[in-house]
Amino acid sequence: MSNKLNYSMSLAKPDAQNLSMIQKIAVTLGVAGLFIMILALLNVDFPNKAIFLTLSLGLIIIGTVIFSRDAYLKKTEGIKNDGVWFKSISSKGILAWATGIILTGFYIVLYFYAELLGQGSNGEANTGVISLFDPLSQLLSGRPASQWFVYGTLYTVAILAFGYKFMLKYRHNRYEQLRTASVMFFQLGFAFLIPEFMARLNESPQYNLPYYDLKSMWPLNYYLFDSWSINGFLSSGNLGLLMLLFGVISIFVISPILTYKYGKRWYCSWVCGCGALAETAGDSFRQLSSKKLSAWKLERWLIHTVLVFSVIMTIAIIYSYLGNDPTKYWLTRTVFLISIGLFLTLVFALIMIFKRNELVKDARYGAIGFFVVIAALFTMHFTGTTDEIFLIKSSNLRSAYGLYIGSIFSGVIGTGFYPIFGNRVWCRFGCPMAAVLGMQQRLFSKFRITTNGGQCISCGNCSTYCEMGIDVRAYAQKGENIVRSSCVGCGICSAVCPRGVLKLENDSMKGRINPNEILLGNDVDLMDLVNQK
Amino acid sequence: MEHIVIIGNGISGVTSARHIRKLSDKKITIISAETEHFFSRTALMYVYMGHMKFEHTKPYEDWFWKKNRIDLKFGFVSSIETKSKTIYFENNDSLQYDKLVIATGSKSNKFGWSGQDLKGVQGLYHKQDLDNLEVYAPNNKICKRAVIVGGGLIGIELAEMLNTRNIPVTFLVRESSFWNGVLPKGESEMINRHIKNHHIDLRLSTNLKEIISDENGKVKSVIIEETGEEIPCDFVGLTAGVSPNIDFLKNSDIETNRGILVNRYLETNIKDVFAIGDCAEQREVIGNRRPIEAVWYTGRMMGETLAQTICGNKLEYKPGHWFNSAKFFDIEYQTYGWVFAKLKEGHQHFHWKHNDDTKCITIEFHSETNVFLGINTFGIRMRHEVFDKWLTEKRTVDYVMQHLVEANFDPEFYKHFEREILSTYKNQLQTV
Repeated sequence: MSNKLNYSMSLAKPDAQNLSMIQKIAVTLGVAGLFIMILALLNVDFPNKAIFLTLSLGLIIIGTVIFSRDAYLKKTEGIKNDGVWFKSISSKGILAWATGIILTGFYIVLYFYAELLGQGSNGEANTGVISLFDPLSQLLSGRPASQWFVYGTLYTVAILAFGYKFMLKYRHNRYEQLRTASVMFFQLGFAFLIPEFMARLNESPQYNLPYYDLKSMWPLNYYLFDSWSINGFLSSGNLGLLMLLFGVISIFVISPILTYKYGKRWYCSWVCGCGALAETAGDSFRQLSSKKLSAWKLERWLIHTVLVFSVIMTIAIIYSYLGNDPTKYWLTRTVFLISIGLFLTLVFALIMIFKRNELVKDARYGAIGFFVVIAALFTMHFTGTTDEIFLIKSSNLRSAYGLYIGSIFSGVIGTGFYPIFGNRVWCRFGCPMAAVLGMQQRLFSKFRITTNGGQCISCGNCSTYCEMGIDVRAYAQKGENIVRSSCVGCGICSAVCPRGVLKLENDSMKGRINPNEILLGNDVDLMDLVNQK
Repeated sequence: MEHIVIIGNGISGVTSARHIRKLSDKKITIISAETEHFFSRTALMYVYMGHMKFEHTKPYEDWFWKKNRIDLKFGFVSSIETKSKTIYFENNDSLQYDKLVIATGSKSNKFGWSGQDLKGVQGLYHKQDLDNLEVYAPNNKICKRAVIVGGGLIGIELAEMLNTRNIPVTFLVRESSFWNGVLPKGESEMINRHIKNHHIDLRLSTNLKEIISDENGKVKSVIIEETGEEIPCDFVGLTAGVSPNIDFLKNSDIETNRGILVNRYLETNIKDVFAIGDCAEQREVIGNRRPIEAVWYTGRMMGETLAQTICGNKLEYKPGHWFNSAKFFDIEYQTYGWVFAKLKEGHQHFHWKHNDDTKCITIEFHSETNVFLGINTFGIRMRHEVFDKWLTEKRTVDYVMQHLVEANFDPEFYKHFEREILSTYKNQLQTV
């Protein structure tokens, strides 16, 4: 850590100078682990791949563990943000740009040029780095590895190793520890192992399950309703049906209940895999999110546009999957469209009737605009103006969504740009699931961040460390509770607050949003006056 | 249009400007010689520690001022002529006002120590102090040791700051225990130990005699009054409190004592001239409060009150129950109501401390009536709203002890100590 402000672009004084000897050794171990993978990538054919894979992953994990222990356990418990803005990696310095470029490159190769990683095509054996992962894949699912298996393994290792680091960093804070343990568990179990075991099940002819991370809900899991996925569920007996049912119930029952009780954090920072990576490996970048008002404006339009896109795409996919003949199956295209139309109208009407006053102008315009677009498309369909629902072939919509949103937005930009835009770019600007949960959190949930009377000193730690770019201070210094759709409830604002001003809590709906300035300490007459509008 | 001129762009001045704008269409000008835009002074330490960049300390984006038609003028006021309602600047510029708000805040105390104006000797209050700190104590190569003089809130913050850059710190405290003029014994001693745990060379009951210069007019060492010991150092932090920053009023008609004297309407002796925040001194005592309160939130409250008065609704400054907070390295401190370091006649203290030596509370109450008077809490966050209510309702200490859990404001899943506190209370006082 160099000790001058904005010193981080310097090439001459890299951060390594300020690492302790143990930390340097730890970094060396980790880099050695990565080096094995790079050798594999360059087609070095390791003799005993199982040993070298274990060695590689083991070194990375051990390196991170040793580093974390040296960094945090030698100090007293407390907030560990010293020098964050002096370190190249966490202040958009040269290391950050280099990491960003490497990560982005990795995602581009992963999504579009998997053969470069050694993905075997047409039944050929894997080579390169993918072949290095073959033994582990064989062990778990009995199949050779794929680029997605490699990615999933590295993703899980990152969450586990950096999750450990995060837990040490916040060892005085049980909320942070439990939350991190939870995402580590869901990543390892639900996202990584269970889909592999599902593949085992599929070895039996009775099963044809889509490899599916059970906790990944639509619309984040945008392929849940793809025909191959639906076919898979339907051709896998009761288990398949149960899983499909679980997927649908998650969306319409489980999620609304949990979000009502706890806010969207139950998913975004306790369960979700994207959130898990952001909170662990991405923790060093949380302070980079933009807090500008303009960024918030962009966020609102972008995330809701993605949501509408994903809704339209999914409707089109299911529509083209269904038939027209009611004698074959009760759910026909017409029944489906009418029920979806009714559902969306109902949601829209309820919000407009009961929560109209809680929406600002652009939210109202946006909601009306999107509603009119969807209604118009429906009308065009039923009046026979177009054969294709939504004008475009559903498969085109699906592949456009998969490419632009699924791969480029959530992967390349969302994760590749961690060191530049912060760790929650995808969650903040793109994730349709976050949009749905956020809408509910803002309008119909018990969750809020309570401001502690008049204790705020406007220091700005809360805003700086909000990964979602919420200007927490703007609320806290007015004594307002923070009720924002984007808040993922990570709890860091509360942790870094030096005056104990913020508390995440679930309480009654009444008085949750208090747009008045009710700073305690003032006498009552004055506060009445200040709040006269 | 009436022209309101505000000298000082700290929390007091800016709050009054914001509220005047909310209530009226008056022309508003804020003058500052410190920074172009409002920033949070309390966050300067975090800039040095690398938690934040200076940009982050600004509560409003730069476009805010223009949008709200608040003119900002960068300049140093050298004098004020109240007869002609004119402000004169150091560069001979001048400005007319209809109403004037003085909100110039504080400056660091210097008690006439020999060598107090040397290079590398400074307080920690202004943005310029932060800039100088980067010159004289950027790292432990340029600054091999730092000495801090004065054991208060700024002193301990400065110790924490220097510590993050691995600069060895000697901390000279005049009192026999840290901040024991404010904190009761048990708390003060716990903080002593916490300071030492961070490898700070804490010297209690120790005074500064003089600061020695090197050949370039930079600090070389300090001499201790009691022992005559010479401590070589490259930086001296003078943190023995602050006092109102009002030197520029010397030749004006505005009446001053230590601060600018104001009545309960925050009016000075001169019509249309007001003073708020750290620089104001109350003529009339308000409860147990000191006549000059250099506290963030009182500045804000005075700004809110004065805005009402200026906009035609004359209002007294009436602060509610006392509260405050601070952080000593890793230990958060909050206080609600009054807990005095030295027990007042007829008052009693209840003290509880956790075994880990980082959490404790002290409650002050009336011995006869048992009425709860105030609480100091370390390492446990408490809810302001609840204590404010209890103080207003004049609850008894028994009630407070039984309901303490309602006041807990720690993050979810944190360990609770109410039961342990209550049982200690029962053992000590046998009144429940």
